[in-house]
Amino acid sequence: MPNRRAPPSLFSRIEGLPIIVVFVLLLGLFMYTAPNVFLHPQIYTTLASTAPPLILLAAGLTFVIGAGEIDLSFPAVIAFSGYVFAVLFKDYQLGWIAVAGGLASGLLVGVVNGLLIARIGIPSFIATLGTQFFWSGMATLFSGGKSYALRGADESSVWQWIVGTFGDPNSIAWQDQISIQAIWTGLIVLGLWFVLNRHVFGEHILFIGDSKDVARVVGVNVERETITLYTLMGGLAAVAAMMLTLENKNYFGNQGGGYLLTAIAAVLIGGTSIFGGKTTLIGTVFGCFIIWMLEAGLVASGLTGAWVRTVQGLIFLIAIVFYLLVEEPARRASLFRRFGAKESGRTAKV
Amino acid sequence: MNAEPDQTHAAFRHIVRMEGVQKYFGAVHALRNIDLAIGRNEIVGLIGDNGAGKSTLIKVLTGVIQPSSGRIYVRDQEINLASHSVGHAHALSIETVYQDKSLGEKQPLWRNFFVGRQITNRFGFINIREEKRIAQDILLNTIGFRGVGIGVDSNVKQLSGGERQGIAIGRAMHFNSDLIILDEPTVALAVKEVRKVLDFVRRIKASGRACIYIEHNLAHVHEVADRLLVLDRGEIVADVAPKDMTVPELTEFLINLQHNR
Repeated sequence: MPNRRAPPSLFSRIEGLPIIVVFVLLLGLFMYTAPNVFLHPQIYTTLASTAPPLILLAAGLTFVIGAGEIDLSFPAVIAFSGYVFAVLFKDYQLGWIAVAGGLASGLLVGVVNGLLIARIGIPSFIATLGTQFFWSGMATLFSGGKSYALRGADESSVWQWIVGTFGDPNSIAWQDQISIQAIWTGLIVLGLWFVLNRHVFGEHILFIGDSKDVARVVGVNVERETITLYTLMGGLAAVAAMMLTLENKNYFGNQGGGYLLTAIAAVLIGGTSIFGGKTTLIGTVFGCFIIWMLEAGLVASGLTGAWVRTVQGLIFLIAIVFYLLVEEPARRASLFRRFGAKESGRTAKV
Repeated sequence: MNAEPDQTHAAFRHIVRMEGVQKYFGAVHALRNIDLAIGRNEIVGLIGDNGAGKSTLIKVLTGVIQPSSGRIYVRDQEINLASHSVGHAHALSIETVYQDKSLGEKQPLWRNFFVGRQITNRFGFINIREEKRIAQDILLNTIGFRGVGIGVDSNVKQLSGGERQGIAIGRAMHFNSDLIILDEPTVALAVKEVRKVLDFVRRIKASGRACIYIEHNLAHVHEVADRLLVLDRGEIVADVAPKDMTVPELTEFLINLQHNR
């Protein structure tokens, strides 16, 4: 253990710094390969209007993965809560009550997940795989597989408050097109950062992710916190669903499908440990930017959309392997052993 | 925390006393008629072979499992065994330090000191500055981590095995546990680390608390204990002071127990 008493490095002192550096490098690369896109403000106002759902989902998943669990059911919440909201908003003209209804449906899905995982003890991977099918099935049954156009929604105060813009809506100047959902998302993420890093709940999540046995011994109510955790995730997914539905002014049954890989990837690229116990919300936000930018940048650089998923999947795997090797000395040592190389100068013993 | 606060500080002879405690697991008689008493500032070593009943005894005492029969007194007051639980044991200022289940590996020391008992405002937000200040004080004064390059922001995984035991013991001392139970704290530790742990045990004694120290290694426990209890097949077969029995004699005694089986 020679270097364990060394003062903390710059990388470990500033939260999410490695991923911020990667982000800046990628941004520079795309500014070079696609200057007509990345040197114009429109791409960034588009980011502000389309990235919030991804960021909200990834922020919730940061808690879930930080607790050493997983949630695969949030794409179904995007479908189900989006449907509940769209029907109440369009068919019943309920306005803000429709927003409350959409949120409540997401919280319900979350509570059910939490009960299945914490009370009954089903591994979260299996439980949420099941609820993913159940709720997306419900959404399809209710909606009959049809999409819902919310024509004229932009007249309503709900639309203007949740996904409107600050400036004159008819103006095409970029500063008039900054979306209000970017502000809401920023405020929510800021609040979540304080909860994760400064609140008792966040600390309990970190200890549960570290080891459930330890968490119980030190007096954490693991069951209750797990239920709260999944409820929070359900609520955030519902907010994401409503933003997405309002932004598109349309509800699609499969509108959540694309988020499964991207949201989980954003969290893990950001530096949250796949084994739980170590999280970074700032990293997650930059992880989202990277995921989003890859999509825009690859297309703008002239590659077809089919490449986007391939590259996202690849980057996802590279990021996981990278963090694994950096943070788990024992795994790194066993990897090097497997390749017959000696890890010079370091002891693998922890 | 305590239901009867004056009870904690009132005069009492024994922090814990057991009378005729029995425990059956089906047909297995795990604890046979256990009578024991731990003084308020006594370090008691609990020794015995694997399966002798050491951990069962501790689990009964700390409310993890209920005895089949018998009485348990804490500070000379009988406790209701039906409602005895881990939380109840904590409220009675009894704390167990487990070999490796006591600390969150990836978390900083200040979080580990206070998790489960955080200092918060009314909205549940943690007063980090205050927690760190107290954690710093525990590090320096209660467990004496000076000049070893460990601070309140260090992660547990940066600590050696002996230091981890020190952190867990220091936490128990800070929260005014009157009885600290150590479950094999020196297993798998290097000699230098064992020395540290034994120093922590002496600090428990010096601070006026009691300690039950479960140990495999006779030399370690012989060095710090005021009294040694030997368990064999669920029974207390010897209750000796270390000065009356040397380590080789004790070893001989334990080997004979095995031969007589």
